[in-house]
Amino acid sequence: MKYAVTFAEKHGGEEQSTLARQMARTKRRAKLQALALIAPLMLFLVVVLVLPIGTLLARGFDNGDAAALLPRTAEALSAWNGQDAPHEELFAALAGDLKEAAREDVAVLAKQLNYHDAGMRSMFLKLARKVRTAEAPYAPSFIEVNEDWSSPRYWRALQQVMPSVTDFYILSALDLMRDENGDIASVPPSTAVNLEVLARTFTVSASVTVMCLLLGYPLAALIARSRGTAANVLIVLVLLPFWTSLLVRTSAWVVLLQSRGVVNNVLAWLGMIDPEAPLDLIYNRVGVVIAMTHILLPFMILPIYSVMKGIPPVYMRAAASLGARPLSSFFRVYLPMTMPGVSAGCLLVFILALGYYITPALVGGPRDQMISYFIAYYANQVTNWGMAAALSIILLVAVLVLYVIYNRLVGIQRLRIG
Amino acid sequence: MRSLKLMLGGAAIAVVASAPVLAQDALTVTSYGGSYTKSQEQAFYEPFAKETGVKVLQDEWDGSTAKLKGMVETGQVTWDIVDVEPGHALQGCEEGWLEEIDYSKIGGREGFVDGAAMDCAVATIVFSTIYAYDASKFPNGGPQTMADLFDTEKFPGPRSLRKAPKTTLEFALIADGVPTADVYKVLGTPEGVDRAFAKLDTIKKDVKVWWSAGAQPPQLLADGEVVMATAWNGRIFDAVKNDGKNFKIVWDGQGQDFNLWAEPKGLKNKELADRFIEYTMRPDVMSQQSKYISYGPTKKTAIEKVPADILADLPTAPENTKNSFVVDAEFWADHDEELTERFNKWLAQ
Repeated sequence: MKYAVTFAEKHGGEEQSTLARQMARTKRRAKLQALALIAPLMLFLVVVLVLPIGTLLARGFDNGDAAALLPRTAEALSAWNGQDAPHEELFAALAGDLKEAAREDVAVLAKQLNYHDAGMRSMFLKLARKVRTAEAPYAPSFIEVNEDWSSPRYWRALQQVMPSVTDFYILSALDLMRDENGDIASVPPSTAVNLEVLARTFTVSASVTVMCLLLGYPLAALIARSRGTAANVLIVLVLLPFWTSLLVRTSAWVVLLQSRGVVNNVLAWLGMIDPEAPLDLIYNRVGVVIAMTHILLPFMILPIYSVMKGIPPVYMRAAASLGARPLSSFFRVYLPMTMPGVSAGCLLVFILALGYYITPALVGGPRDQMISYFIAYYANQVTNWGMAAALSIILLVAVLVLYVIYNRLVGIQRLRIG
Repeated sequence: MRSLKLMLGGAAIAVVASAPVLAQDALTVTSYGGSYTKSQEQAFYEPFAKETGVKVLQDEWDGSTAKLKGMVETGQVTWDIVDVEPGHALQGCEEGWLEEIDYSKIGGREGFVDGAAMDCAVATIVFSTIYAYDASKFPNGGPQTMADLFDTEKFPGPRSLRKAPKTTLEFALIADGVPTADVYKVLGTPEGVDRAFAKLDTIKKDVKVWWSAGAQPPQLLADGEVVMATAWNGRIFDAVKNDGKNFKIVWDGQGQDFNLWAEPKGLKNKELADRFIEYTMRPDVMSQQSKYISYGPTKKTAIEKVPADILADLPTAPENTKNSFVVDAEFWADHDEELTERFNKWLAQ
């Protein structure tokens, strides 16, 4: 730099650009250094977060490679209009393909076909075993396994699995499907459960967030005003639930809330309720909201508390000295200043609540199951990755939309977590 | 005592004959952990090690297939034997990640109870979904049949059923008069499914809790939240035996299910694994497990060896199987998702 300055003195205007260049170079170096410093973290995030989530979400559109496994069938199906009665050409193509396909691949395909037509899995496996020894004409062997092979029914299912990319899972996650003409239609009402579950997930999460805010805000204010030991004790009490397992905390609520539980017994003893007709506090929405509020409360208190602690008490005093009543100074001075903490806490609690499923499963009723329960069901129990991914996508998109709206209303740059 | 002598004798011979080679060998058996694995340890692993000198190493899994499949696909098979469920056995066989079982070495398929001898896995125990009631709530005699579970006039009181269609729909059909042998034939038709849900409709308002974890039913009965609950028999047995609860199991209409041994394809010690399976399938050995846990043997000759007082609490006791069905793994592989969707929709209505 020193050199650059002396150089510039000697040579005037021309050197100013050199100086600018050198400045830019130094700046760039500093930027690179900063990047190098966060590179490990970035890499870590990409490897453990972006890639796995990306791969999982991609499975919501992945339709396998049925066309490679059954090439002749794929070709014959593309010539077929989806309406006519299937002809021998189709039967021969599928039989030929099945004779050459590996047993393992057929099993995977059969499982996939089952998503389109329940019961097709075992039937298709039976068919694959049968046609291995069958001779032309093939149609009778197919019809012997299941007479519906002579109708378009199963061939349509096969048509569905041929493209390598599909919207089937996303549509199913939205309670939609492709009808016989390939148009998007609603699924029968008896199985249309996903949208309802999604709406329920948001309702429960929103109720829990409101409850947490109502309980957490005064408590955070109390902690922020306390001094010394009292403040420490209160903080430890808030943090204590963090050190207890989620299952234990949930089970504790069962003991407290059940019909012969602690709460009902105390109320009956106080004569506030009839002991023969205890309150229904658990195995319904009330139980879910109570238990989840308890578990998530620290996530509301801590951000609000940290913001409150940074607000000097002089403001409130100033407001009072200028003639504001306590209520008006609270609403016009204190509350607006705590908003960054409030919005951070609400966002945190709401998003964490969306992912809950063990608590609603244990203390909820039949109408309280949340969407993560179904994601876990598809991923762990029936290994239907497509549906698990599609439901995750729906949840993720819904959250992102909410986030954008939230950003418009509150402004994310005002958010303060700690 | 006799079997103990036999085992000791066998152990002595094994030590003399082959100890130098076999002592180096080890076998990895993977199971679910908890008191169930403890019973396997006592009944199988320890005596097998004693007899053959082969050390049995243990691993645990939670039954999610991804890990097992991954092992086989990458050729890094570290498990020799895995304790699986019928659904795994079916899928693993079709998709080729389990070895086939050679029944000629273990007494042929006909030596097993119905459904226990699968192509790629052989069952070691039978457990059962039953319903149980709190006897203190029914001083004038408790429910006897599956229909009684649905009869809220004769046996009033809140109930708890499993929050899943598997076994719940079967129970509904049996209560509605479908013979146990025809349950899956009926449930395989749309009308049959409607019929099962219609039957469930009749007690929906009396089902206070839909349980999702196996520990819930005995707890709900103990807390007095419900007077009867469907459950897995081992859980109720535990509550009666260890906690002294006055619960009674109704075996009528019970749905039997299995845990099975399977060998992942490409296992390192096929010969040893076969030997282990053969060992555990000996009637004298298999009948031991029921001493430690209330699950029944799968081999007919082993059932005969179980002492009468233990046998009475097992799903395979002749007295308890008069009206029972075997949970059909094939049916549920085809229909689990479809019926789960419908079941959840029905629950939310």
